[in-house]
Amino acid sequence: MDLKTLCELNGVSGSEGPVRRAILEAARPLCDSAYIDKMGNVICHKKSGADDAPHILLAAHMDEVGFIIVGHTEDGMLRFRSVGGIDPRVIISKWVKVGDVPGVIGAKAIHLQSPADRQKVLSYDGLYIDIGAKDKAEAEGLCPLGAYASFDTSYQPLGDLIVSKALDDRVGCYNLLRLLKNEYPCDITAAFVSQEEVGLRGSQGAGHTVDSDAAIILEGTAANDLGDVPERFHVASVGKGVAVSFMDGASIADRDMFRQMMEVAQAGGIPAQVKRGVTGGNDAGSFQRARAGQRTVVLSVPCRYIHSGSNVASEKDIDAQYQLADAFLQQVEGGTNHA
Amino acid sequence: MLKNTLKTLLEPWGPSGNEHNVADVIKTLLTGHVDSLRTDALGNLIVEKYGTDDNAKRIMLSAHMDHIGFVVTAIEKEGFLRVTNVGGISMDYSRGRHVVFENSVDGVLFCQPVKEGKPTLADFYVDIGAKDKEEAESMVQLGDMCVYAPDVFSIGKHRISGPAMDDRCACALLVELLLYTENQKNTIVGVFSTQEEVGLRGATVAAYGIAPDIGLALDVTGAGDIPEEKYPAVILGEGPAVKIMDRSMIASPLVRDMLFEAAEQAEVKVQREVLPYGGTDGAAIQHSRAGVPTGTLSIPCRYVHSSCETIDMRDMEDALKVLLTFVDL
Repeated sequence: MDLKTLCELNGVSGSEGPVRRAILEAARPLCDSAYIDKMGNVICHKKSGADDAPHILLAAHMDEVGFIIVGHTEDGMLRFRSVGGIDPRVIISKWVKVGDVPGVIGAKAIHLQSPADRQKVLSYDGLYIDIGAKDKAEAEGLCPLGAYASFDTSYQPLGDLIVSKALDDRVGCYNLLRLLKNEYPCDITAAFVSQEEVGLRGSQGAGHTVDSDAAIILEGTAANDLGDVPERFHVASVGKGVAVSFMDGASIADRDMFRQMMEVAQAGGIPAQVKRGVTGGNDAGSFQRARAGQRTVVLSVPCRYIHSGSNVASEKDIDAQYQLADAFLQQVEGGTNHA
Repeated sequence: MLKNTLKTLLEPWGPSGNEHNVADVIKTLLTGHVDSLRTDALGNLIVEKYGTDDNAKRIMLSAHMDHIGFVVTAIEKEGFLRVTNVGGISMDYSRGRHVVFENSVDGVLFCQPVKEGKPTLADFYVDIGAKDKEEAESMVQLGDMCVYAPDVFSIGKHRISGPAMDDRCACALLVELLLYTENQKNTIVGVFSTQEEVGLRGATVAAYGIAPDIGLALDVTGAGDIPEEKYPAVILGEGPAVKIMDRSMIASPLVRDMLFEAAEQAEVKVQREVLPYGGTDGAAIQHSRAGVPTGTLSIPCRYVHSSCETIDMRDMEDALKVLLTFVDL
């Protein structure tokens, strides 16, 4: 399945249905078994054929940040909140889809703002989604309380880069599907998980079910590599390869797996960089501490403007994420490395 | 000797996620003195000494090997390192400290001039004496960690100061308990845990794997006996503290009362501890699986999370007496 198709599907946390169905259909022919668990994770098993092969968990999250409808005004506007972390400064006048209903995020026009208004960042209380409904009843009928909204952004090339919503973490889903096509000397479980953006929730269930020896998490991460940001605050550089994390807010990478990843990248000429920022967290936190614990490492594609409707990433970095996971899995042998 | 064991355990380098050197030292001390010894996926060192009673309970005693430190997030043109914290670091305790990396590279942690407001860790840098980025990169890599250098010294007759007292003093207690207990009723599952300072991570998975009947964390606690600070009402030298409650856990009454009972039998004076902040591996054990009755025995400590964490050896000696009785209850 191509990345464009995956990105243009809507799957805000807790509402991953369209992504889940597409992934399940694509994954089924590639593995021995695939099923949906009670948290809505897609779990796929693929045996290596060897009896004592190590069991590696590969994970990517299906959900994306978005919005949920929390109220309706008398004149037919939708009140809403974010699902996952979205800076309200990046959403004004953006197009969204509330289910199938198109809408636009509105705010008071500049002509109507007082000088004091212009100094403030508008909060979700000062914003609304306009779906063109004539009154409250029509708005409620089209978009009931609890309906989800996604950014309505198409996938586009941007020079050597691409721009899309939901690159965090459809890049991981895309590469995970690619990896499932290959044969490896280890047993593989691919977990396409739900609700990462609201607190690593799907992965808690998946981690409890899957009894793996080690986990590799494929993510999209912040880049923060813009011109006016001092270099020491850059997290990862777009176009410089897959970012390997030594630590973030949710986990410290297994030191041997981190080292092996960097060595495998160097040996294979795969563009890789160390991810420098340590804020934020991802599913490695829950997989590392599921049951009696497992070793984890995270491979990320650097994304500019992450958690907005327009993530920018490099196809080269996306490919490097695949190449590195692939090369690592090829060299896994029972007993010869920590996996 | 408890004091020698403590000094031995204060030496190895071991920030959160990098506890292997500490584990190696403990393995050497315990090999031949315990019934089993293993390391799990997160690096926890798990040691068992079987109990003699037909109905022996499996008691998980946890002491964490890691201590707080810094991780390199950028290497600058001029050869300076930028770092962020691993665990709860205080800016006030950090300016002008000697820090050390695993490969013995030394550095000075300092703060650049700050024009307005209080400095944050983003204003700090480590000077490792490199003349430029290239030289720095030949010494240290992104993701490498450093800690306050292990400067350990005695103050007064009974007290010892050093940067890793939290929680190597408890590691020393657990080592001594495992060495000296004989034919105790209950099975001791000693866990030298990892990554406590970043969120009780090692103990979380160890507790799941062990599924103990009873849990006991061994850790330091703040002492409210310094100028202008009266909380918690715990005093150095007045005995180990039985935790009633902290931010992470209300001690299970069963275990709390076992500790009081053990102290009484051992004729040791203990203090009661109610800590308005903080948490220990006890919380991770207590909340594991369907729940485990768990308590914490604390060593009073001044200047916690500084490079001069200070304890009183008399509290250590008394804590060991309590533990030797506790595992035999």
